[in-house]
Amino acid sequence: MASAEEVAKEAERRDIRDRWLLSAPALIIIFLAATGPLLIVVIYSFLTPGPYGDVVWKFSTDGWLSVLMQRDIFDDTLAFADAHLSIFWRSAKLSFMTTIFTLFFGFPTAYFIATRPARQREIWLFLITIPFWTNLLIRTFAIQEVIRNEGIVNTVLIKLGIISQPIQMMFTDFALMVGMTYVYLPLMVLPLYASMEKIDFRLVEAGYDLYANRFQVLRRVIIPLVKPGIIAGSILVFIPALGAYVTPRVLGGSKNMMLGNLIELQFGQGRNWPLGSALSISLMAIVMVALLFYVRSAGRQGGTHG
Amino acid sequence: MGSRFDIRRQTGFTAIAMICFFALYLPIITVVVYAFNAGSSIAIWEGVSLRWFYQAWNNNQVVDASIRSLQIASVAATIATIVATMAALATTRTKPYPGLGFKYAFINQPLMVPEIVTAVALLIFFSRIKIWTGYSGLGYLMAAHTAFCIPFAYLPIRARLENMDLTLEVAAADLYATPWKAFRRVTFPLLWPGILAGLMLAFVISLDDVVITEFVKSGGQDTLPTYMLGQFRRVITPEINAISTVFLLISILIVTVFFFISRKKDQE
Repeated sequence: MASAEEVAKEAERRDIRDRWLLSAPALIIIFLAATGPLLIVVIYSFLTPGPYGDVVWKFSTDGWLSVLMQRDIFDDTLAFADAHLSIFWRSAKLSFMTTIFTLFFGFPTAYFIATRPARQREIWLFLITIPFWTNLLIRTFAIQEVIRNEGIVNTVLIKLGIISQPIQMMFTDFALMVGMTYVYLPLMVLPLYASMEKIDFRLVEAGYDLYANRFQVLRRVIIPLVKPGIIAGSILVFIPALGAYVTPRVLGGSKNMMLGNLIELQFGQGRNWPLGSALSISLMAIVMVALLFYVRSAGRQGGTHG
Repeated sequence: MGSRFDIRRQTGFTAIAMICFFALYLPIITVVVYAFNAGSSIAIWEGVSLRWFYQAWNNNQVVDASIRSLQIASVAATIATIVATMAALATTRTKPYPGLGFKYAFINQPLMVPEIVTAVALLIFFSRIKIWTGYSGLGYLMAAHTAFCIPFAYLPIRARLENMDLTLEVAAADLYATPWKAFRRVTFPLLWPGILAGLMLAFVISLDDVVITEFVKSGGQDTLPTYMLGQFRRVITPEINAISTVFLLISILIVTVFFFISRKKDQE
């Protein structure tokens, strides 16, 4: 006869097996239609481009090489691929600035919501949630209506006599930044609000009792308390901004590409799938580094407070 | 009261917050207002009319794309919610076991990779399969949407489950209920707000998707968002505003229901 311990062990073994069976469908679907194909991208980045797109099954490192370098078609020498580097740089710069702007506008907004009476908070929060769940494309289209040459901003400025010619804002980096700040703002406000909601205002009061002024309280008490929210919001804005595709396509036009559009180009007119694959993996690698940074700093926060 | 020093106040914060709310809604309201424009410009106002709504309604491309969007979103959200419920049951209310962390990471993987990268990966993978099998129907889009909807469906269901203890299920088992019967009669009635929230989230996410759909779709498989993206390259008429307005209304409706369901959860 089996001892009680063996019976318990057998039950636990069966429980774990059942739990694997229960989660199997979700895991299989994600593997087949997300994770697995990502692995294929790695393989494709080491192949040779086919003449009409797709690839020829011949090993090559040219895809990776041309992420950063380009071969001169006349004398076969290598030089830095300025076009790619400038797009990498623009993507990083615009994503960073979008993060800063959303933080600048999102922080006071989240603070405003968090300091309302409990019943009012829900209404304000709801007002942030609606744009958050509104189609990104519609929001991009909406911001385009505002900043176009015939848009609201220009029309009002002309009516007021401040300018006589519309200011060209579409298809510039400025348009991209306004657009991305607009579409990603709720992503910053929501995590910020989540950590501000928990602020213990007795600490703020203590700050004032110790003769701190408002700015000192903000900098020395409030900001340190909501740091996890600041980091979470920044990551949530920075990562999608870096891989943005729709917003730069609609607001930036063909001159102001970002990484996402450069990748698409290789699978369309560029007909260089290996280069597109290598660029995709590069983008994914940058995102992973950002996530790792987040996990580490979140871990440190958890370590000091708990 | 009024003259008391308010420790919560920060100079200028309320002003910036108001600017934010104004800036968030001004563009959306503009889109909605011009949907009712009688003229064919999205800049010059010529009076109120419903003509663009009629026009969109009678535009076969728009109607086809809308039906396709709804088909894909219904299938993807339903399958995603079912498998996400199963996965949530398998990953909550247990002491840590080997592979639990792996499952969390795997289920959330679609959230951690930029959409454009997943889109490119699926383009490569599905174009091979299209050649091998000769099938080029909506199945690919449904599979892709199901995969990225799973984490969105999973999150609210898991959150709900974590607040439920196992006592009632154990009691049901003591009364000789089979696991299926215990789920149907005990777990499900308690879990359904989470499942409904997950279903609605997944539905909206699928309905809104542009990037992955744009890369995976075969010819003639435009969904409403990819149809709209294509129209942006042409001269834009208020028809796009009318479509956006209806789309917006559906999203707001779903979000409102979602908001009240998750609020109910908090109050219990």
